[in-house]
Amino acid sequence: MLEALDIGKSFGEVSALNNVSLQLKSHKVHALLGENGAGKSTLVKCLMGYYRPDSGQILFNQKEVVIDSPQRASHLGLGMVYQHFTLIPNMTIAENIVLSRPNLPLIIDWQKEIESLQTKMTNMPFQIDLHRPVRELAVGEKQKVEITKQLLLDTKLLILDEPTSVLTPTEADEVLGKIHQLARNQQLTVLMITHKFREVMQYADQVTVLRKGRFVATATVSEVNPQILSDMMVGGESLSKPPTRTLQSARIIKLRTENLTVHNDQDFAVIKNMDLEVAQGEIVGIAGVSGNGQKQLVEALAGQRPPHMGTIFAHDKKFCADLNTITRHKFFCLPEEPLKNACVGTLSVAENLVLRKFNRPPFSRWGMLRRGVIRRNAEALIQQYRVRTSGPEQPIAALSGGNVQRVVLARELAQEVSILVVANPCFGLDFKAVADIRAQLLAARNQGAAILLISEDLDEILELSDRFYVISAGQLVYQTTPAQADMNTIGQYMAGH
Amino acid sequence: MVENDITVWAVIMAVIGGAIRVGTPFIFVSLGECLTEKSGRINLGLEGNLVMGAMVGYAVAYLSGSPWLGVFAAAASGCALGVLHALLCQHKSVNDIAVGIALMLFASGLAFFYGKPFIQPSAPRLPSFGLGNWSESPIVRAALDINALFFIGVLLAPLLSWFLLRTRWGNAVRVVGESGDAALAMGISINRVRLLSTMVGGGLAGVGGCYLSLYYPGSWSEGLSSGQGLMAVALVIFARWNPMYCLYASLLFGSAAALGPALQSVGINWGYYLLNAAPYFLTLIIMIITSDRRGTLSGMPGEFAK
Repeated sequence: MLEALDIGKSFGEVSALNNVSLQLKSHKVHALLGENGAGKSTLVKCLMGYYRPDSGQILFNQKEVVIDSPQRASHLGLGMVYQHFTLIPNMTIAENIVLSRPNLPLIIDWQKEIESLQTKMTNMPFQIDLHRPVRELAVGEKQKVEITKQLLLDTKLLILDEPTSVLTPTEADEVLGKIHQLARNQQLTVLMITHKFREVMQYADQVTVLRKGRFVATATVSEVNPQILSDMMVGGESLSKPPTRTLQSARIIKLRTENLTVHNDQDFAVIKNMDLEVAQGEIVGIAGVSGNGQKQLVEALAGQRPPHMGTIFAHDKKFCADLNTITRHKFFCLPEEPLKNACVGTLSVAENLVLRKFNRPPFSRWGMLRRGVIRRNAEALIQQYRVRTSGPEQPIAALSGGNVQRVVLARELAQEVSILVVANPCFGLDFKAVADIRAQLLAARNQGAAILLISEDLDEILELSDRFYVISAGQLVYQTTPAQADMNTIGQYMAGH
Repeated sequence: MVENDITVWAVIMAVIGGAIRVGTPFIFVSLGECLTEKSGRINLGLEGNLVMGAMVGYAVAYLSGSPWLGVFAAAASGCALGVLHALLCQHKSVNDIAVGIALMLFASGLAFFYGKPFIQPSAPRLPSFGLGNWSESPIVRAALDINALFFIGVLLAPLLSWFLLRTRWGNAVRVVGESGDAALAMGISINRVRLLSTMVGGGLAGVGGCYLSLYYPGSWSEGLSSGQGLMAVALVIFARWNPMYCLYASLLFGSAAALGPALQSVGINWGYYLLNAAPYFLTLIIMIITSDRRGTLSGMPGEFAK
């Protein structure tokens, strides 16, 4: 259906793609595998008309086409779900979907449009409330809306960038199963960027592997196994080994909430009377489907949202998040979507690494910044945390998702940490980055940090936490440990039963 | 007692009349700015469009003898300045606020320069409708002597609301203003939408300007505008980027501005200058009361939040 031949693309002196070819067969699911920075996004953006490749050609149904704009791509029936969502926060889901429809009439009859949407929704894998504004949705829900939007737009070739990284395993199976089914029914061709071998093995027909901007191989999935794929992706490099857990001698509570109630923007209680304790040297997980109050809980703990009722205690003292208190309690936070919530996108990597302490020695002296110290600090951290960047001066927004997460992690973990709140730290990251980040979190735990891990990825919770809760409708409804966890019971609590 | 009643009545009528008379240019400029800001760009230069519109409108009306031709010329001059603003802002790392201020000074200067010969002669005025002619009272007649542009402005507000919510083009404006990324993904040309929005917005500001010179106060001079163009930008924020609220805010602003003169006309001279500052006080107070400390302003185009 679509063929890309010998595509090359470079940005300045950096060559992002080097003679990469890709052949998509009609009504098949094709997986695109590769590490962060392997060139997957660049390749896909060339197909979608965001970038013009420097060399190579694109064939659509055996005819050469020039895709010079996203509009041209959508005329051809190409649609994409991006990792950085393109939904408009201040509009409702219905508005977002209707406005992206091609051939929209000059005068929009909203009632009619929404009614016809509602009819079509019955065939969709997700049931969503069309009238909710997008800004209220958590990442997982946004992902669902994006996929639904493309399905509704009659896209013939759907490109999915990390489609399931924020879905629960059950949801992921549901989505991919549905998409797989659409391909089987000859309704859809799919190109899916992913890091999860399980998904490749289970749902893809073909797989193409890229490494460092180069084409490695295309294979039929039934003829490969995860070990072969992993070797092709990493090319023999080794993964971080997670450190073994050390036991803590005494149980000292470091972070505690008492009767915490948090409201959302509409003044509706989304965290209700929550009592929570995290002890020194402990990772406490909070598992749950997105949109059950996790976002507001993190905002409250990070001081971005005043609690409606109740108190947060750090080291048994009432905690309010100003810079001095944060520093005194060594209380740090890794919010979800770190580029948006924890970085200044236009500032350099080096500057982002000292955002919290640039006004203190050694980074400044007599009120002046010491650029040299800031740069050397960045160089050391970039190396230690394996951040892939063109240098400390690169704006952080230009980094790939995994590398942004590494920078933020480097900033928060480079000093001694006593309390750490982490939300979806591995959202959209490849398995090497995931291994790195999880190893860092475990190391921090072993050094005595109290870590609250809020994640929509149940596997992550099971792997990292010492004990965990299930959150549903703003309340902690179940508590267990990974060793005793029973998937059925957890699933039922997550679903709110 | 009877005399007191008449005094109160006179003040109320004068305030209503003033709301309409003083508020009309605000309606046009704020609706224009509302449209421009909905597309994600701020045009602070509308004060310049206003002064330019006043001069061009007056000059063309004088030379052609037709005030309506003057209105069209004023709109055209405003559009031209809007296009200039949009084209300058299209370049990367050009700041729209700075361009706006530069264009405001440029347009005002240009208008003063070319407007010199038109300070003396008198141009035909825009027609008005004496809606108060049924009444015996000269106060009512004066208050309800309403200019045609006011009616156009009042119709324009719901029209703009309808345009933004119900038409494809209007929604394209909102998408561009809310999220450039989303607009790109939908294949909307950000630059073209902003160009057109800034152009039409500038044109409306030009019309607001010619109201000043062709109706009230009704002549061209360099001191004609007292910052209406700048205040209109604040009005848009105050009105939460909602065209209907822009209309109400303009009228409220006009009535507050009319309070001082109205009281003076019935012989109350106390606090005349203080009362002239009433609109500004009012704006500040309402801003404080309606502000929400928890988040960004509701209705604010998403691109401004970046």
